[in-house]
Amino acid sequence: MEAKVTSAAVELTGITKRFSDVVAVNDLDLTIGDGEFFSLLGPSGCGKTTTLRMIAGLEFPTEGSIRVFGEEMGLRPPNKRPINTVFQSYALFPHMTVAQNIGFGLEMRSVERSDIDKQVDEAVQLVRLGGMERRKPTQLSGGQQQRVALARALVNRPKVLLLDEPLGALDLKLRQAMQTELKDLQERVGISFVYVTHDQEEALTMSDRIGVMNDGVLLQVGSPEQIYEHPGTRFVANFIGETAFINGVVAESGVVRLPNGNNVRTRTDVPSGTAVTLALRPERLYLAPPDEPAPASVNQIHGTVRRRVYLGNANFYEVDVGFDTLKVRLENTMSATTYAPGDKVVVQWQPGSSKALAK
Amino acid sequence: MTGDTVPVTPDLERAAERAERRRGFRLGLPGFAYLVIFFAIPLIMVFVYSFATRSSTGKTLLQDWNLQSYQRLVDPIVRQIAWRSLWLAVVTTVICLILAYPFAYFIATRRPVVRNVLLVLVMIPFWSNFLVRTYAWRVLLGSDGPVSQLTELLGLGQTRILFTPLAILIGLVYGFLPFMVLPLYAAIERIDWSLVEAARDLYANGWMAFRRVTLPLSRPGVVAGSILVFIPSLGAYVTPEILGGAKTTLLGSYIVQQFLAARNWPFGAALSFAVMAVMLAATLIYFREGGQTL
Repeated sequence: MEAKVTSAAVELTGITKRFSDVVAVNDLDLTIGDGEFFSLLGPSGCGKTTTLRMIAGLEFPTEGSIRVFGEEMGLRPPNKRPINTVFQSYALFPHMTVAQNIGFGLEMRSVERSDIDKQVDEAVQLVRLGGMERRKPTQLSGGQQQRVALARALVNRPKVLLLDEPLGALDLKLRQAMQTELKDLQERVGISFVYVTHDQEEALTMSDRIGVMNDGVLLQVGSPEQIYEHPGTRFVANFIGETAFINGVVAESGVVRLPNGNNVRTRTDVPSGTAVTLALRPERLYLAPPDEPAPASVNQIHGTVRRRVYLGNANFYEVDVGFDTLKVRLENTMSATTYAPGDKVVVQWQPGSSKALAK
Repeated sequence: MTGDTVPVTPDLERAAERAERRRGFRLGLPGFAYLVIFFAIPLIMVFVYSFATRSSTGKTLLQDWNLQSYQRLVDPIVRQIAWRSLWLAVVTTVICLILAYPFAYFIATRRPVVRNVLLVLVMIPFWSNFLVRTYAWRVLLGSDGPVSQLTELLGLGQTRILFTPLAILIGLVYGFLPFMVLPLYAAIERIDWSLVEAARDLYANGWMAFRRVTLPLSRPGVVAGSILVFIPSLGAYVTPEILGGAKTTLLGSYIVQQFLAARNWPFGAALSFAVMAVMLAATLIYFREGGQTL
């Protein structure tokens, strides 16, 4: 399942960034592979944008080393790094046309006028903006501005492309379309994309690997599956997807005793006797009527339906199990039974779909 | 009031819109009236006077309307004074721009607290009388003043700046510099810093990022500041009177002379209108020039 890291495009070693007395990024080590789509995921203020800006050279680390294809970046200014950035609000030059915006980087590197025109034209085609060359950024829609920002960066053929929440300003439908398009584009140009986002769905959809950050610390790095199925900490489990947490103590290997005395089987790598949090994904739980016999291998807890929320494609239940409330998501299939508040139910799940995390 | 209890019809909607417009007009009325009474009417009077006749005793006769005053505008003496004034105003504007831009840039890129302190410092001169401050320059630039003493100390001999065009220039730049700093500051402060970062990211060095992004985007401030400095410099009266010599008459003083000493009101009025026309033309050209970013 481990995504292959062939050669390192970006290597961060012991990166710390302090702003006066605030630690924005704390001793971060990270290697991003060549041609990899890597996402830095975390809530706002977690240090992901600061990390990106340090790679770009817009900010310098307080300590540590940043290497790009083996070359130490040190205090090298952004214009001397083989890296380009797609900024959060695009940062398109409002006084220049689309073509002038896209050609800016080439012009700064003193590329011949005729070459600039040719490459700008190619970039315009790459992001499907033909016919828009003479417009000003303000005359474009959000999605088009986004494409100009992409073309403006990619036309320089950077070795690494950094993207700072580039889809944040777009509406849902467009955002989803752009996700596919970005992934496509990355595969076509074949360079590393470092993508900063707070949107877990974006990160899961596009990334080869994800790094989850919180409070300046890189908590976990792994493929989308690894991050979702095997969250290493409660924060990661909570931030990616929806999760219910219930408390318990590891009774023996693979068994957790719940506050009501029930034992449930689960995945865990914590030794016996440790207090743990059991992470349960709502879509991995299901409900059954209390009188229906369940196979012995299935975990179950009796409870009462508190609330049902209709989501169209699913029903979302809150089930009171005495010592806690569990969230259960049931797909709205033709055969699905629905439960009403007050119904007695049994919450069931397979041992493999819950994970006990050390507190 | 029963208006809100009946269903709305197109007529009622139009009536409500009219009421809204009337309210806006009433709110603007005091300011409008003030401008008409104290600005527009005197201006019309000056315009009318510029076509009047001056009697041999210096009285202005509102009869025999003619264009003689305007014909006198091309006299060599008038042309010489006009060129001198124009030249001084242009140089003042350029010097203010060169001095103010880095300073405004510096202020705009400070932390908000420091920024506010610096802005207050820029405005401090306004707290004391302009006349007093101009007289202070007389002391500073005089032949036994600190500037002269300094040059003497450096072995450059005494300098006589007072009563020369240079003294007027120093005085004008000193007086109008804040009018350049403030609009420039406002324009630079408004620039989205990420645009400069984007330029740096796209291989521009610091200077190129400034030339290609910061400078063009601060153009509205350059235009506004230049107009605010150029226009009062062109018509300046107090500064040239106090710091300039008898040989360096400028338009402002010349116009005053016509109204007072020469008692030639029609000519003074015509001169005023000619200066105003030049100012208006300069402003229009400048605005059109900067129009795309304004």
